[in-house]
Amino acid sequence: MNRVLVWVPLAVFAVLVGFFFRGLDLNPGEQPSALIGKPVPEFLATDLYTGRSLSNKDLPNEAFLLNVWASWCITCQVEHPYLTELSQTLPIVGLNYKDTIPASTNWLAKLGDPYQMQISDPDGRLGLDLGVAGAPETFVVDAQGIIRLKIQGEINDRVYERDIQPILEEFTP
Amino acid sequence: MILPEIGHFALVLAFAIALCQAVFPIYGYYTQQEGFMATAKPLAVMQGLALALSFGLLMYGFLSHDFSLKYVADNSNLDLPWYFRMSAVWGAHEGSLLLWALILALWGVAVSLLSRGIPEKMGSLVLSVMGMIAVGFLAFMLFTSNPFVRILPFMPGNGADLNPLLQDPGLIFHPPMLYMGYVGLSVAFSFAVASLISGEFDSSWARWSRPWTVVAWAFLTIGIALGSWWAYYELGWGGWWFWDPVENASLIPWFIATALMHSLAVTEKQGLFRRWTLLLAIAAFSMSLLGTFLVRSGVLTSVHAFANDPERGVFILGFLVVVVGGSLTLYAVRASKVSTPGEFGWISRESFLLFNNLLLTVMAVSVLLGTLYPLLVDALGGDKVSVGAPFFNAVFVPLAAILVSGMAFGPLSVWRQSDDPKLFRPLIVTLIVSILCGLLWPIIFENEFATGTAIGVSLAVWVAIATQIDVFRKVRAYGSLKTLLARVERGIIGMWMAHLGVAFMIFGVVMVENHTEHRDLRMGAGDTQVLGRYDVRMKGIEIIQGPNYMADQATFEIYEGEHLYKTVYPQKRRYNASSMVMTEAAIDSGFTRDLYIAMGEPLGGGDWAIRLSVKPFVNWIWGGAFLMGFGGFVSITDQRYRRRAKKSGASAEAGGAAA
Repeated sequence: MNRVLVWVPLAVFAVLVGFFFRGLDLNPGEQPSALIGKPVPEFLATDLYTGRSLSNKDLPNEAFLLNVWASWCITCQVEHPYLTELSQTLPIVGLNYKDTIPASTNWLAKLGDPYQMQISDPDGRLGLDLGVAGAPETFVVDAQGIIRLKIQGEINDRVYERDIQPILEEFTP
Repeated sequence: MILPEIGHFALVLAFAIALCQAVFPIYGYYTQQEGFMATAKPLAVMQGLALALSFGLLMYGFLSHDFSLKYVADNSNLDLPWYFRMSAVWGAHEGSLLLWALILALWGVAVSLLSRGIPEKMGSLVLSVMGMIAVGFLAFMLFTSNPFVRILPFMPGNGADLNPLLQDPGLIFHPPMLYMGYVGLSVAFSFAVASLISGEFDSSWARWSRPWTVVAWAFLTIGIALGSWWAYYELGWGGWWFWDPVENASLIPWFIATALMHSLAVTEKQGLFRRWTLLLAIAAFSMSLLGTFLVRSGVLTSVHAFANDPERGVFILGFLVVVVGGSLTLYAVRASKVSTPGEFGWISRESFLLFNNLLLTVMAVSVLLGTLYPLLVDALGGDKVSVGAPFFNAVFVPLAAILVSGMAFGPLSVWRQSDDPKLFRPLIVTLIVSILCGLLWPIIFENEFATGTAIGVSLAVWVAIATQIDVFRKVRAYGSLKTLLARVERGIIGMWMAHLGVAFMIFGVVMVENHTEHRDLRMGAGDTQVLGRYDVRMKGIEIIQGPNYMADQATFEIYEGEHLYKTVYPQKRRYNASSMVMTEAAIDSGFTRDLYIAMGEPLGGGDWAIRLSVKPFVNWIWGGAFLMGFGGFVSITDQRYRRRAKKSGASAEAGGAAA
């Protein structure tokens, strides 16, 4: 009897490990955004450099990334080289989130500006409409202007190949 | 500046030393070579020194604003005050792992300095097991979470700032205390594994590991209490426990460690429950590791969430499999050979402690299941669900009530056979008195009657009086209180303190949960609200400039009748670097109640949403917990531990330091 019982703790642990292993692939924080499948919300904002007013009409007519960034955000700096590389093939629109104009233009002057367009959102109002929790966040928008995916955190090779590319292929005619 | 490289090097060095510490002594044990076994102690001390250097240099990086270090740049800022720059070292993943590793090494140093009364063979096996744990953790740090990574050549001019939630004095002490507890459980674990390896299961291993377990438990208790206190005044919701996965991760090992502490007593004194005690010792530390896994891998979401990184998760899971799986396999192979001699009666101290152990284990398992349930459902392909406070309260409160009712019997009973009714006769009166107290309490406190309060107050009184009965009996046996305090085992005094702490805590919990007066109001300058026996008047709002934040600060005057009792200043802060908004509640702490004023959102026209609460006896919760932890520290000042050290040549001070 005891010979069998002493193995029980190990067996229970083995089952738990199975669940944990499975759990590693699931991301509990991945809350499906309410905006998936909907067009980019109506907005009226200003261009970071020129102060010219911008609205939905100014967004690209092809698939693009809407990248929420700020000069105070370290991860944005980390993903910046990759975005620069990506901008060769895919248009990227910047949403400068809760930032000041001098700080963000300096940042861009120093690190380079891969963005096709820079929307200034100093008080985070557009960010609020987009349900932005922090920076960086990136929305994948298709050619029809429909949001297809939202990514919280850094964009890199792995994220692009795993998450973004399949979505782009699926929604590009 | 090459200092970070030296810190990194010290970390690699510590890894190499840990590797030697893991391998040499156990090799010496199996080949019967004293020389190899004797390396354990110096290696443990060297590992401690290397990690202390590494930790010190990381801290220096923070103090000197070395933003070329990615970890510093992510978690500090030029405006961050120096004391938060120090605590920022453990403000995020990499640094808290370094703290974890440092504390593990320090426990190793303590074991090697204070284990002179323990046979060389045993001591070196214990240190070898601790070395193995250190190898795993240091490898984890070096390969996935190195705090010494540089951002070069483009180092930022300023850092992203420490998460404002963590910019709080509570966080300076909470993690180190908690880790002392978590990691301290590795000592009991190592003793258990060492005795499984050596096949020596007599009561001596229980005697050796008992003080270590109690200290670790005491640190864990205080660490959890500090965390709860921090959540209460920093998160701005006024709650003291949220059943959050990270909190649960610390509570589960606490239950197991509490069970272990009680079961070790039986194993030491009566030689019983050996197998069970060994299993608990393994389980307690395993639960600490599991907690680390849950918090660090991001398999569960939490208000305390740190960076999710699957690579790290895989590593910790692998480590968990090796440590827990390995020790449980060893247990399965060896434990069936453990014989448990002796018997005990149905009513005896043994049976009460068994009851205690069963309940504590069920509590630990139910908290574990509740915490993991969302993960299990998700893994089985179900929806994303969350298990909240209602589940935990429903399961937990009745179990706790049963456990606490049993607490009166254990200390009053005797070993082996305890069916003499005289032992428990005073409990009849105690029962009547405590029920009366529960029923009459609303009259004294002038609040409405609530069943939960009546039961809770009765339970608190029940435990408190039963503990006093035990004290009186011992006083009578020793002649006077003074002789008692001088002669009795310190463990008994510690137990009294801890049990009284439980009584205070229960009282605090039921009062806060059932009689908090709480209101969410719209208030502007000049508005007055009645709160209990106070009038609270909002005088105005001003903008103030902190070192690294701007804040809207309200001025509230609290009147008691006509007399101005106090002026308090709650704040809504916005931290410059991260733009995070934090609520800084104003709390007037008191013995019988806290006044809690927190600012919500601005409502326009200068008005704000204001949250006003009176929380009766809320400080008793943490007071009780501190008393419990303090009881743990008292119990290890016992003569037994000192005498043994003296006999084997160590000074009395060394024994005292062990305490």
